[in-house]
Amino acid sequence: MSVDWGSLGIVTVVGAATALTVVTLVALAVVGLSDRPDGSSATGRAVAGLCLLAVGVIAGYGLYVIAA
Amino acid sequence: MNAAGMLIVVVIVVVTALAFDFTNGFHDTANAMAPSIATGALSPRAAVAIAGVLNLVGAFLSVEVARTISSGLVDEARITPVVIFAGLVGAILWNLTTWFLGLPSSSSHALFGGLIGAVLVAAGPEAVHAGTVVTKVVVPAVVSPVLAGLVALSATYLAYWITTRADPVTAHRGFRAGQVVSASTVALAHGANDAQKTMGVITLALITAGVLAPDAGPPLWVIVSAGLAIAAGSYVGGWRIIRTLGRRVSDLERTQGFAADTTSAAVILTSTHLGIPLSTTQVCTGSIFGAAAGRRLHVVRWRVAGQVALAWTATLPAAAVVGAAASFVATRGPEGVVAVAVCGSALAAGIWFAARRNPVSAVNVNDLPEPPGPDRTLTAP
Repeated sequence: MSVDWGSLGIVTVVGAATALTVVTLVALAVVGLSDRPDGSSATGRAVAGLCLLAVGVIAGYGLYVIAA
Repeated sequence: MNAAGMLIVVVIVVVTALAFDFTNGFHDTANAMAPSIATGALSPRAAVAIAGVLNLVGAFLSVEVARTISSGLVDEARITPVVIFAGLVGAILWNLTTWFLGLPSSSSHALFGGLIGAVLVAAGPEAVHAGTVVTKVVVPAVVSPVLAGLVALSATYLAYWITTRADPVTAHRGFRAGQVVSASTVALAHGANDAQKTMGVITLALITAGVLAPDAGPPLWVIVSAGLAIAAGSYVGGWRIIRTLGRRVSDLERTQGFAADTTSAAVILTSTHLGIPLSTTQVCTGSIFGAAAGRRLHVVRWRVAGQVALAWTATLPAAAVVGAAASFVATRGPEGVVAVAVCGSALAAGIWFAARRNPVSAVNVNDLPEPPGPDRTLTAP
């Protein structure tokens, strides 16, 4: 009887890193897209675009994992 | 058993397996969609429709049937169609019981429990691998909700911290979109994983009955019927469990719903990729509790967590007891199988009709019963 602690550890690290990264990226995109008193800045929109692009890549890889 | 008797048994096993698949679908809709429904990111009907379609699509993404339907928990050489049938009866009745009580429990663990009980009676205790039960069921059952809960708690805290000064309307829209995508991913992964189990069960029954060659894959009709059964179950929606996870744990906001769904998707996909058998239900439930605690610890209704933990603890032994009883009767011959089928159907119908006395549906899924309090008409001045 042996528990595969190594694999469970990898699930912990990779799952946590992925979830925290995606949540951070979407939260940053929300901040970038938020209206400001002086109007939403072009820089904010560009950062938001990059963050959402990165989220799209991660989500795409997730779909690949399901299908593979 | 003669050929006609075997044919009857195989037909009953196939129908029972599809019934289990259906209960698996409606039991687990909550995993993906409860937070989206609770936060209003999706309407209840839209959520279960998306879950149904994505479970169906997921069933077709991979047709690599698991080599073992019990993950090595029992000696599969002892498994016969009658044992599979008895195990399925145990799993279905436990799924219906927990659905009636509104408790999210693992359909996989119910299936394992049913099979363990059925094999115990049919082949004796030496046919059950107790060590594997500990390593593949007990340990992951303890680790996965804690892991998912801690990650979701951190993700929720992070999301609130980053968006402290963000425009509330933009945050609302952004997290709503994110929640829809991550919940859909969980539904798709669920279809890809759980429909496979039923395909494997039916295929194994057909192989052991001599209908299929030993190395045969699932025929197209098995893939289609398993996909449709889990999709139909998802669309019907296990509203009682959706209410528990979406409304009874805490009052979830969209930021929390997004963090919970994203955590569930990340952990489930990682574990699937690495071949670690984590229960989708336990991961998603842990994520929801973690996300609820990530905003404020005291807003979580921990009494509900206790009820859920109790259901998880009871799932394997309870399904095993029913599976053992079903196996005891069913192994007497074709008449025994028919008797178990009739009794099982009657019990399932009884639970279904009992649930109709206090119905939970798409209309009232987000309503919580009024807390007990003084009768205002009696205390009026």
